[in-house]
Parts: sequence; C-alpha cells; structure tokens
Amino acid sequence: MPHGAARPMSASARGSDVIRALCLILAVCCAPLTAQSETPPLRVVSMNLCTDQLAMLVAGKGQLYSVSALASDPRSSAMVDQAGSYETNHGLAEEIYLMQPDLVLAGKFSARATVDMLKRLGIPVAIFNAAYSLDDVRARLTQMGAVLGQQDRADRLIGDFNQRLTDYRQDQTHSPRVALYYANGYTSGDKTLAGQILQAAGLTNIAAEAGFASGGLMPLEVLAMANPDTVITSRPYPAASRADEIKDHPVITALRGAVSGPSLTDHDWICGTPFVLRAIDDMVKLRHSIPAGQP
Amino acid sequence: MRLFLILSALLIALFITALVIGPADIGIWPSLNALLTGDEGPMSLVMREIRLPRALLAVMIGGSLGLAGAAMQGYLRNPLADPGLIGVSSSAALGAVLAIQTGLAASFAFGLPLTALAGALIGVFLVLALAGPRGSSLTLILAGIAISALAGAFTSLVLNLSPNPFAANEMVFWMMGSLADRSMTHVWIALPLIVLGAGMLATLSRGLDALTLGEDAAEAMGINLRRLRLTLIFGTAAVVGASTAVAGTIGFVGLVVPHLLRPLVKSRPGRLLWASGFGGAAMVLAADILVRVVLPERDLKLGVVTALVGAPLFLHLIYRTRRQGL
Repeated sequence: MPHGAARPMSASARGSDVIRALCLILAVCCAPLTAQSETPPLRVVSMNLCTDQLAMLVAGKGQLYSVSALASDPRSSAMVDQAGSYETNHGLAEEIYLMQPDLVLAGKFSARATVDMLKRLGIPVAIFNAAYSLDDVRARLTQMGAVLGQQDRADRLIGDFNQRLTDYRQDQTHSPRVALYYANGYTSGDKTLAGQILQAAGLTNIAAEAGFASGGLMPLEVLAMANPDTVITSRPYPAASRADEIKDHPVITALRGAVSGPSLTDHDWICGTPFVLRAIDDMVKLRHSIPAGQP
Repeated sequence: MRLFLILSALLIALFITALVIGPADIGIWPSLNALLTGDEGPMSLVMREIRLPRALLAVMIGGSLGLAGAAMQGYLRNPLADPGLIGVSSSAALGAVLAIQTGLAASFAFGLPLTALAGALIGVFLVLALAGPRGSSLTLILAGIAISALAGAFTSLVLNLSPNPFAANEMVFWMMGSLADRSMTHVWIALPLIVLGAGMLATLSRGLDALTLGEDAAEAMGINLRRLRLTLIFGTAAVVGASTAVAGTIGFVGLVVPHLLRPLVKSRPGRLLWASGFGGAAMVLAADILVRVVLPERDLKLGVVTALVGAPLFLHLIYRTRRQGL
C-alpha cells in the first residue's frame, strides 16, 4: 500500500504548485493592466504582424519603439512605409528583452516559448486574439487603445471604420456566388475575416453551402460542383510550389469564366485592421464586374 | 493469353471504379454520362478535368513503374531491383524539384519531365556503375540507399532554401507521391516520355529472356549486351523520370508487381515485362482508389499505401535472399 498512500500527497502537492503558478501568471498579467490605466506605456515593442499595424495606427508619437520584420514585407503588411521608421525585431525573446520595452504586444499565435520567457523576465505582454470578423476589427482597435492609453484615437478610427462600412451596405443589387481558393486548396467560410469581407462587399461565399463555414481543405471537385460565378485566389509566392500550382488548374480557369483572374491582395486581408476596407473596395469592384443574372 | 485477359479485365474494372469515386457526390451513371457527352456543366468539368486525368495518370505511372521494375530485375537478375529502392525515383524527384524551383518548369512545357529524366539518368547510371552488371543484392541495395539518401537530402535542401513558404511542406509529396489535383496538362507532359521509354523497354523482351542463360550464351544468341544495357538505362530513366515529375516518388510498385506475377509467366523475364506493366497500372489505380476511400478528407499520400503493401514483401524477399546465401 505504500504506493496508494503516496499518491494523494503528491497530487495535493502538484495541486498547490498549479495554484501557485496560476497566481504568478495572474500577477504578471494583471499588474501591467492595472498599471496601464494610470500611465500609458512609453516604449512598446510589437512582435506580431497584426499588432504591428494596429499599434502603428493607434500609438501616440514616440510610444511605439519596434515592430516585427513582417511589417516591412510588402506582401503581408499594409503599412510598409510607416514600418520603416521603427526598429525591426524578429520575435526573439533575447532581442526584445534588450530593447527594454515597458510593454510587448503579441498575437495569440505568437511563439509561446518567447512570450512565456518575456513574462518570466518581468516584461508585461498584451496578447491580442486574431480577428475573425469585422466586429473583431473594432474590438482589437478598442483593445489596442486601452493597452496603449489612446482610447480617443482608437475611437476615432472605429468611427471612420463604421461610417465607411455603412456606405457599402447601400447598394446590394445582385450578389454573385464566389469562392475563395488559396494554395493547397484551402478556402475560407463566413466565420472568417475573409468571409466577412466578401459579405460586406455583397458577395455570396459558396464555402458555407459546401459545408465549410469556417474554412478548410475544399476538394477541387466540390468547388467545381458548387459552380461559383468566379474564383478568387491568393497571389502566388515567389518561386513556384505545387501548393500554388492548384490555382492554375484548368478547372479554376474554367470556373473563372469571363472574369479574368481576380486575386486577393494579402496585405489587406490578413489582419483585422481598418485596411480590410480596401479589400472590401476591391471586392465591390469585382462584384460590379460580374454581370447580373449569370448562370 | 489467359493472364492477359484477366489483367486487362482487372485494369478496366479498376479504371471505371477510379472514375466514379471522388469527394463530389455524383451517381455512377450520371458521372459516366457526363464524361462521355460533356455538356460543359460542372459535372463534366469534374469528370473530364479532375477524375479522368487522375485515372489516366495512375495507369501511366503504375504501368511505367511495373515495367521499369521488371526490366531492371530481369537485367540484374535480382528480385530486389525496384526504381524506388535503388534511388532512381529519388534522383528523378531531385531533378523535378530543381526544375520547379529554378523556373525551368514554367518556362517551357517539357522542362519538368526532361529535368526529371536527367535526374533519373544520373540515378540509373550511378546504380549500375556502383553495383556492376551482375550486382549482388548487397551492393545493389547499398548503392540504392546511398543514392536515395543523397538525392533526398538535396531535394530537402532545395525545398528548404526556397522563398516559397509552401515549398518546405512539399517534401512529403516528393517522398510519398500523390495524384491529387493533377490535370490533363500533367498527362500531356508525361505521356511522350512514358510512351518512348515503355517502347524502349518493350524491345528488351528477347534480350532479357536470353540473359537468363548467362551473358556468354546471350551474346552467342546475337544479343548486343552494350545496346541492351543502354536501352535499359534510357528506357527506365524516361518512364521513371516522367512519372516522378508529375506524381512524386511512388515506391515499391516495381518490387511488388513483378514478384506477384513472376510465377504466372513461368519466370520468363520477357513476358514478365508487359504483365508487370499491366499489373503496375492496376496496383497504382487500386492504391489511388484506396486513398480516396479510406481517408477522403486528408489527401493520404499514394506512397504510404504502396509502402504499406510493399515494405513487408521487401523484408520477406531479403529474408529469402539471405537464406539462399546470395
């Protein structure tokens, strides 16, 4: 019975460890939050493409110190010019620590090990969820305003955003059926930011009717049977790959029909920032280029 | 003759099955009807541009691999010679990856299969040079392992260095092979080389039969061994190169099929050639049907299925070879 006796003890010891760890995490996470409401951070480092752009939009002068390297990549970032005036980081704990930030902005999917290490080193980290809808865009702007102590600027951006969104809702005469098709045959449904961009532009996404509400691998056959009015593909990356090749498949060409190769400009689509309005603009143009009453 | 009828009946049945199976939910008769009449609707698009090329490629590639395996085994008089095992497929894959990454594949239509052919040629040449004309099993397999490893490492290196974020994920494709989402374009670029290579290998029939009596006897029967060797090298490289260029490396087909059919053709390597061609086509078709039925959502790689069937047989063959003291 020595084993049986030992078990409850070790379990309770482990339990108290967990509680202690939780308390530590809470202390580390909450301390900066309460501190922020009093004095806004003055040396902010962002390590995620989307928080980079939100921070560049919302931060006051001199408040943001460094953005990630991706922010300067014209393919993924909508704010390449602005990113040039900040230091660049590569999301490594060591380099970020040496920048001595008083706040680090990270995405939910940023490298966990890095974020954990920064927290252990006593640097406050604000985590931002990815945006899955246009509502999330507003929510992220509000969150960024809160952590940077720039609520007014965030509110102004949200006001503009709402204003322009209502403009799109005006004319929705016909709603062509389209599909989003990325490398390897991935698609995005209505429960994604890309799907919501299509909706706002008055396009019908076929992913939902094919059973891909939040997206996933859609076999080419299923796409062909859904027979959309056109297919919107992502732009291929430099140097060819088999993954990109699928977008040149004769089936895609046939489905596109008269509407010549619409493609999405990644940098406006990836992140939940007000730049999604530019993506919606492009999609509205696409909608007008598809004649009504097509089969 | 009876074997021929059985194999062709099997092949036709599998071909039709491959055509009516897929993620799009279409009945058997409507799908075949759409394939034949072609009303330009979505159904005929699916049948003609997705399923037909896939089934055709399975036949072409399976036939190539079966034929190449039978030819190499006949020439080396060694049942372990399979284009996948002895590194010909991996070197062809290296050629194909280089063609895609340098843009050669995009710049002219036959850039991809021809570069894969060059890779395969180097592979066959190296194997035959290292193993010698009557290579023992041990040197043959060792040479194959070395060439496979080297070509595989270079393929991974090229894909790792590619600026395309998807390229690195494609190592699995090049190592395991897949027929998903191929198009008629792939059929057309692979077809010429496969026809050429298969034609060359088919001429070996008499030579390989004669070779079973030994090299001196074959030469006495008027077989030009130098020419036989060259035809074998080019024929194998052409069919394996073109197959690998469009479908990645699919292993073990050239090992399993000749082994299963050898007793049925009374161990005559000449007859085994065409039988293995048919058998290989049937095996790849069956494997490709299996990957679509077992895990339709996941793009299970073709090479996984052929390896699951082939690797145990390979072990069995090694065991038997050892017992014979070769």
